[in-house]
Amino acid sequence: MPDQVLLEMRGISKRFPGVKALDNVSLKIGGGEVVALCGENGAGKSTLMKIVGGVYQPDAGEILWDGRPVKIHGVADSMKLGIAFIHQELNVLDNLDVAANVFLGREPKNALGLIDEKKMRADTEPYLKRLGLQISARTRLDRLSIAHQQMVEIAKALSLNARLIIMDEPTSSLTLSETKRLLELVRELSGQGVSIIYISHRLGEIDECANRIVVLRDGKNAGEASHEEATHDKLVNLMVGREITNFYVKSDAPQTPGFFKVRNAVSPLYPKKSVSFDAARGEILGFAGLVGAGRSEMAKTIAGLDACRTKEIFLDGKLIPINTPRNAIDQGIYLIPENRRTEGLVIEMSVRENVSLPSLLSFSRLGLIQRRQEEQAARQQVDSLRIKTPDVETRVLNLSGGTQQKVVLGKWLAMKPRVMIFDEPTRGIDVGAKAEIYRIMRELAQNGAVILMISSDMEEVLNVSDRIAVMHEGEIAGILGRDDCNEQNVMQLAVGKRIAVAKPAFE
Amino acid sequence: MKKELGILILLVVLCAVTGFENPRFFSHPNLINMANVIGLFGIFSLGSGLVIITAGIDLSVGSMIALTGMLLVMALTQWHWPWPLAVLFVAVVSMALGWAHGALITRFKMQPFIVTLCGLLLYRGIARFIAQDTTLGFGDAAGFKTLQNLANGELFGLPMPFVILIVISIIMWIVLHRSIYGRYLYAAGRNEEAARFSGINTRMVIAGSYIVAALLTGISGVLFAFYTNSVSPSTHGNFYELYGIAAAVLGGCSLRGGEGSVIGILIGTALLQVLQNLVNLLGIPSSLNFAVMGAVVLIGVLADQLFKNRAKKKNARAAE
Repeated sequence: MPDQVLLEMRGISKRFPGVKALDNVSLKIGGGEVVALCGENGAGKSTLMKIVGGVYQPDAGEILWDGRPVKIHGVADSMKLGIAFIHQELNVLDNLDVAANVFLGREPKNALGLIDEKKMRADTEPYLKRLGLQISARTRLDRLSIAHQQMVEIAKALSLNARLIIMDEPTSSLTLSETKRLLELVRELSGQGVSIIYISHRLGEIDECANRIVVLRDGKNAGEASHEEATHDKLVNLMVGREITNFYVKSDAPQTPGFFKVRNAVSPLYPKKSVSFDAARGEILGFAGLVGAGRSEMAKTIAGLDACRTKEIFLDGKLIPINTPRNAIDQGIYLIPENRRTEGLVIEMSVRENVSLPSLLSFSRLGLIQRRQEEQAARQQVDSLRIKTPDVETRVLNLSGGTQQKVVLGKWLAMKPRVMIFDEPTRGIDVGAKAEIYRIMRELAQNGAVILMISSDMEEVLNVSDRIAVMHEGEIAGILGRDDCNEQNVMQLAVGKRIAVAKPAFE
Repeated sequence: MKKELGILILLVVLCAVTGFENPRFFSHPNLINMANVIGLFGIFSLGSGLVIITAGIDLSVGSMIALTGMLLVMALTQWHWPWPLAVLFVAVVSMALGWAHGALITRFKMQPFIVTLCGLLLYRGIARFIAQDTTLGFGDAAGFKTLQNLANGELFGLPMPFVILIVISIIMWIVLHRSIYGRYLYAAGRNEEAARFSGINTRMVIAGSYIVAALLTGISGVLFAFYTNSVSPSTHGNFYELYGIAAAVLGGCSLRGGEGSVIGILIGTALLQVLQNLVNLLGIPSSLNFAVMGAVVLIGVLADQLFKNRAKKKNARAAE
């Protein structure tokens, strides 16, 4: 660690009614250091960061900034010290331009008291340059990609003279190459003396950017590791407090190639291109690619959520027409959508109501719901998936991300899936729950389902998939067999290069 | 259930206070009269609530009551149709209008507010035009007596509109709270995307709510025509959509959709009618009628929101 300690938190405790969120937690970060903060959901990461941000006051412990004890009473205090946050959900106004976003609330004024647009833009440029951004300060935010919008937030942080930037799952909506760029940027900023606390569930990214990894578990320091000492297994064990064996399970189960065939699926995003591929019964076919490559759109087209007249879908040799989501569901083709809170679940409804939503007809007589049967079915899913909920009547919004994802799974597993499409199945989910979801996917495949898994998490897509289809601008650029699955190959195909080992999408 | 309880208490307190100040409130004729108007207003309010549960709104209610009333009078007195045919005609016309609302909203993705606002203007205009802007009464139309008895008579000592409201409420309660359609309606109202991803034909579900709402409005239209005994096209049913929306919102429906119950809407309707009655009986200037209603709806919804905010804070703290 560099000798200049920027922020030191000593013995921080915080209690909420009924729970001890933080118990004697310490954290130290030096100038220009990148510290990854890891832990499962509920481990206390966000509480700790909210204390740094002045949202909460600690019950005990002290905070030292530049070696001097400080009290952070609110967001204004933390901003004044030079602490900035980049949240998972972006805080930008996409109807305004870059300069207006960077200087929001601090707009330079001219003699008339109006906004001095010229100065504001001129003042913005250096920060954009420092971040290596090739965009104009006059670009409206809604014309920028998510990654660039996030860069604008970082520019704003720099313009506030931030010395510590806290990034909370910053890559969850970024593409592989954008993620790469962000990680580079983290290193560049660190070289310029900015300290960064990097919160992520993605161990691959942590390995790439962090000097040191601090792990929290159940509100306590579980341990820490330097970049050199940190191995995947060590971190996972620190986080969950027990050994997880077989985090990724590969299978050698017999597969039936060509069980599921998709031909000419056209999505509204790329109306002039089409996707065709074959998937085997019993395999997990990963879909890698940049965000915007059309993977989710392809999934929606297959699941009947987007109309597409040209597509032909064969299941077990039979051509099946899919024009509505119901058609797909009736054939056992289910989609676990990317966005569980807006597409996967009606979060204000109970676990029972969510689980039964797609299969309600089978719990009904004369159009009326048979409540007992419905409840039983929901209980069954809660038990078999080990969904951590106090009760089937609990509203889904009160559950953690991983548990919510299991509720989404519960909706479909009771209905004998034949093809299951997972779109970013573990986004924002902690390590323990991740392992369980991988296990469920593998079990489904072994029981004879076709699993398609769209994932932007490189580590996940490489380790979970049996084969990987890489998409580029609305088409499958190539398929990698198990032996050719590596980051290099995936990236090459994802950016549209041809490589020799890639196989065509279908025979 | 908590929500309905709060408003029920408010209703009981208001009744008690009014009855205490003016014992005529509990007199038989006053109660009968109140049951009558609660019936009349409750039927279409259930429809308004149904639409609000889908996160929509129906502003065309008042105009539709004028138009359907006008069509009924004309069918009976000018075209000399038998009354069952006239009533069926009104039902079909209102369902067709509801279907048009639903189609515009779900197929063409127009906003419910705008579609039904245009309905409000359009139907009022048509009603006035076909009647040449004159008030039409029933006179001595054929079969008029039978229909009048059905619409305006009594059953077991209860006014007919109230009886009809009870029957419709029971059906609506089963549909909303026990049937698949009801579950789909709440799901689509809360989160249409998630409902669609679950294989629900959300367009049909939502369009269906507009058809049912329009049908209930048509039934109200028939009953109101007999209640006033004549239809003056420029004023008949004015502002009734606002009674429906107010009743639904007071009764716990959220304009964001996915929330609300039949019981709540009924209590909301009753509350609004008690307020009107209270204005009369307590000698409050009747010009303040709307002001009183507005104030009570505002306070009711504000109280509910404050209560919710507090519960939320408590939850958030517990979740940390």
